[in-house]
Amino acid sequence: MIRAHDLWKAFGRRQAVAGVSFEAQDGRITGILGPNGAGKTTTLRMLYTLLQPDRGTVEIDGIDAAEDPIGVRRRLGVLPDARGLYQRLTARENIEYFGRLQGLDEATLRERTDRWIREMGMESIAGRRVLGFSQGERVKTALARAMVHEPRNVVLDEPGNGLDVMTLRGLRDTLRRLRDDGRCVLLSTHIMQEVAALCEHIVIISEGRVVAAGDADALRERAGEENLEDAFVRIIGASALGAAP
Amino acid sequence: MSAMLVVLRKEVRESLRDRRVLLNALLLGPLLMPVLFVVLIRMMVGSEIEKAEKPLPVVVIGAENAPNLVEALRQQGMKPVYTVVDDVEAAVRNQRIDLALRIDADFARDFRSGRPAQVEIFYDSSRREVESEHMRLESMVHQVSRQTGILRLLARGIAPTITPAVLVAGRDQATSRARGAQIFLMLPYFLALTALLGGMWLAIDSTSGERERQSIEPLLACPAGRGDVVAGKLLATSIFSLASLLLGLLAFLGAGYLLPRVAPEAAMAISPGFLLTALPVMLPLVVLVSSLQILVASFARSFREAQTYLGIIQLLPIIPSVLIMANPVKEQWWMYTVPIFGQQISLLRLMRGEPVPLDAMAASAIATLAVSWILFRLTVRAFRSERFAATSG
Repeated sequence: MIRAHDLWKAFGRRQAVAGVSFEAQDGRITGILGPNGAGKTTTLRMLYTLLQPDRGTVEIDGIDAAEDPIGVRRRLGVLPDARGLYQRLTARENIEYFGRLQGLDEATLRERTDRWIREMGMESIAGRRVLGFSQGERVKTALARAMVHEPRNVVLDEPGNGLDVMTLRGLRDTLRRLRDDGRCVLLSTHIMQEVAALCEHIVIISEGRVVAAGDADALRERAGEENLEDAFVRIIGASALGAAP
Repeated sequence: MSAMLVVLRKEVRESLRDRRVLLNALLLGPLLMPVLFVVLIRMMVGSEIEKAEKPLPVVVIGAENAPNLVEALRQQGMKPVYTVVDDVEAAVRNQRIDLALRIDADFARDFRSGRPAQVEIFYDSSRREVESEHMRLESMVHQVSRQTGILRLLARGIAPTITPAVLVAGRDQATSRARGAQIFLMLPYFLALTALLGGMWLAIDSTSGERERQSIEPLLACPAGRGDVVAGKLLATSIFSLASLLLGLLAFLGAGYLLPRVAPEAAMAISPGFLLTALPVMLPLVVLVSSLQILVASFARSFREAQTYLGIIQLLPIIPSVLIMANPVKEQWWMYTVPIFGQQISLLRLMRGEPVPLDAMAASAIATLAVSWILFRLTVRAFRSERFAATSG
């Protein structure tokens, strides 16, 4: 369970996030949708304590991120936009490194690493160095790495970036499985189809603010459009013009 | 396993797979200097010996005025060259001739009548390469002059021992080991540089390298403490730096053994005993240069930027060396408490075969480690700052 309440963050004079609030519940896939530069990455970075909000609070499973950042990091699995794998290590070594940093003992580590390698269907590449990996193989590795400590909450920044259709489908299945395990899955994207295909709950962000939230049907109804993409464009367009959607 | 050890293990493993690291830290860094050293000293000593044994060619003008003198000089090792030269001064100035000896027309007359007969030596003192030849020629002439003087005194029935009124005998108290140490004056600098180079790639790769590749973001989203993460990286860097230093010391030991034929004292200055005592002296320095490099590299956003910064740091250890060479002062106790400087004067002492006082060694180690600690805390602070991890977006 991830709860963001009235988050604000400025970099110098640029107000990146201006009062974002939302809730991502367990057993549900929540999508943060917004155009480039809307403040999605900044918001997510505040969730996993990389950035400190100027104002507002983050709560993960009821733990306040400002009071206990370490406790929050234990409960989160994070897949950053850049993936950030170590090229000279094998996929397995990448996963094991983070498992150890999460404090797993060696027996648990081996069991979990094997499990997530199987779960991601990456048995054949686990022993290879990351250097020559395709985008899809990188995402699998980074996701297995994020899940090795079995977090209840998963935060993914633009998980579909650079993936081909088949890999994207595989990724969606994986995320659905995570949801079916009862986890809280939160992802950000600027691609309409991704939220439409995956998310039970959608939070639309534009210029650092939440401009609409709800499920796909609610959003269509709200914008008065049949098509979700049209609804998105309409809502974003309205907010850019400064009018209330 | 603590987070620090986890980070340490991963950094070492990753670096061992990087050919650039291996080449720089474990091959080029430690070997380049000793090899350069052997080659340079061989060239220096070798050419001196060669020159001293070969006949010395000298352009002689007016040889017909004193054939006996020329013959006496030839026996001393001079090889007269009879080139016709119009303007000997210009010829020497233009470097067409290195060295010329001119004998006056009055030479024979003065010589016979027992007056000092004059010869002139033309040379260019600004040319260092002919300086030793000039000195050699002059001493040949002096030698002939002295011998003739002795013969003249004997002919007049006077004991030749009467002319040297005072006899000087120098008694050099430098041990041959200390003389050998003179050859290695630059060694403390080379060793400090080797330690720097050994840790450089890892220091960059594990800080600005992680920032550039953006792997720092998931790393810092882990529950491991920033202090543990930095400590692991610092330890890994120190290990590579130490390995590089060890190899460097061994290579210099090898260099000492390669030199004995030309410079027997050199092998004494760098002995296995020196190696054992130099290690505890250098250990705090290894930690210092590693923490300094980690700190500076942490402020760079890319590998290239970090390389530029660290290039400047590499000039740091040359400062004490240059100071010592330019202004050789007697060492004072406080000098040991200055990091890098303390280690360098300690090493110079050890090479001369004098032990470093324990209290000075302790003071040097404590001061150096204290500075390292401050640098370490500053790095942890940098790792905590938001701008450090959030490299994009």
